[in-house]
Amino acid sequence: MWGFYFNELMRSLPFFLKGLWMTVAVSGLSLVLGTIIGFVGGILRAGRNKPARMIVGAWVDLIRGTPFLVQIFVIFFILPGIGIELEAFPAAVIALTNLTASFITEIVAAGIIAVPKGQREAATASGLSYYQQLRFIVLPQAIRTILPPLVGQYVLLVKDSSVVSAIGVVDITRVGWLTVQRIPEGLMVFGLVGLLYFAICYPLINLSGFLERRMTVVSTKL
Amino acid sequence: MLEAFNYRIILEYMPLFGQCFLATLWLSGLSLIGAVLVGIIACAMRLSQSRILRSIAGVYIESIRSTPLLAQLYFFYFGLPSMGIMLPEWLTGVIALVLNSGAYYAEIIRAGIQAISFGQIEAGIASGLSYVQRMRYIILPQALGNTIRPMLGQAIILVKDSSLLSLISIMELTRAGQLLTSERFAPAEGFLTTAAFYLIIYYLLKAFSGWSEKRLIFREAH
Repeated sequence: MWGFYFNELMRSLPFFLKGLWMTVAVSGLSLVLGTIIGFVGGILRAGRNKPARMIVGAWVDLIRGTPFLVQIFVIFFILPGIGIELEAFPAAVIALTNLTASFITEIVAAGIIAVPKGQREAATASGLSYYQQLRFIVLPQAIRTILPPLVGQYVLLVKDSSVVSAIGVVDITRVGWLTVQRIPEGLMVFGLVGLLYFAICYPLINLSGFLERRMTVVSTKL
Repeated sequence: MLEAFNYRIILEYMPLFGQCFLATLWLSGLSLIGAVLVGIIACAMRLSQSRILRSIAGVYIESIRSTPLLAQLYFFYFGLPSMGIMLPEWLTGVIALVLNSGAYYAEIIRAGIQAISFGQIEAGIASGLSYVQRMRYIILPQALGNTIRPMLGQAIILVKDSSLLSLISIMELTRAGQLLTSERFAPAEGFLTTAAFYLIIYYLLKAFSGWSEKRLIFREAH
């Protein structure tokens, strides 16, 4: 029986690859958008404008304080009530982008704040404007602190993207859920699902660890 | 949107929300205790002399960290029955949460212990402290001080992750929001109330995290 199910599973492998593609598409889009919004948010959060700092802080708390599943349901079920109809795919990308952006905001803000104050003071003394300071002095140094947790955040993003299967996006997890109705071997089916996620996440985790080691060595040399 | 917001439905369902709030609390509380225990054991295995124990813990931690919780949850939910193990849903959910967070706790504890420099332990030995005294007065207070914040951070993640249990039809906060959506078609009322309850837990844990850090630093100074 096990062999029969295994053959069945191998035959639905193209279906799984489609799911893999969907996971990559959803997370890839959210990765790019979330990184851009996150950097803007982080610069505002570490910036001089107090109202902007507080608004960004409240938004981050709101997103960090609620489960991602609830956020997806809010976007998917409540937005139509105020006239914004969304398909599952854009709803998933919006929810994931929002989540990722809020976490990257915190990472970027922490990285900027970690740059020693003297650097800024020296830049001010040299007559650089606020944007020049950010562009040439602060961000190039902050990126060292930012990069390892940023890649770590991408791992979380890929893993969190599994939750969008709850609103019917056919990603790897959803494919597994659909397949297990037909092939009642949960360990085998979700073992394959896990393997596919592992193939994406494990290299990323190692990349994050590598960056962390590398960046620390560089900064202690200075 | 807000003029259509039906506060009466929320009041009507408040007993259900209260019940589900308690369910979320005890499900995540139970998982938290289990996860810290699993984390301590896995960390001890990872730091042990035996290569076999080390690699078992390594495989466990890496495979949990590289796959999404939802896939792990379905793995147990669909996989255990196919092995002939019939468990109530809540127990399956708690097992998945414990094994998932346990891997993260193992890493947090390991980082906390390894952050203590060996000189501290040597100084303890040189001062004639026994093993228990070194643990009690030197290692544990510092390891706790290093880890209390990431540990509470993981507890917040655990509470939020427990929302995924609603997908295997366990009655908890997110499920209450889903019920309001399906029974009364009131997604806004349902999911915003759900989110509010999660925010209560989040802010309490966050405040506790800040307070405990201050206290631990204070105690270190003595």
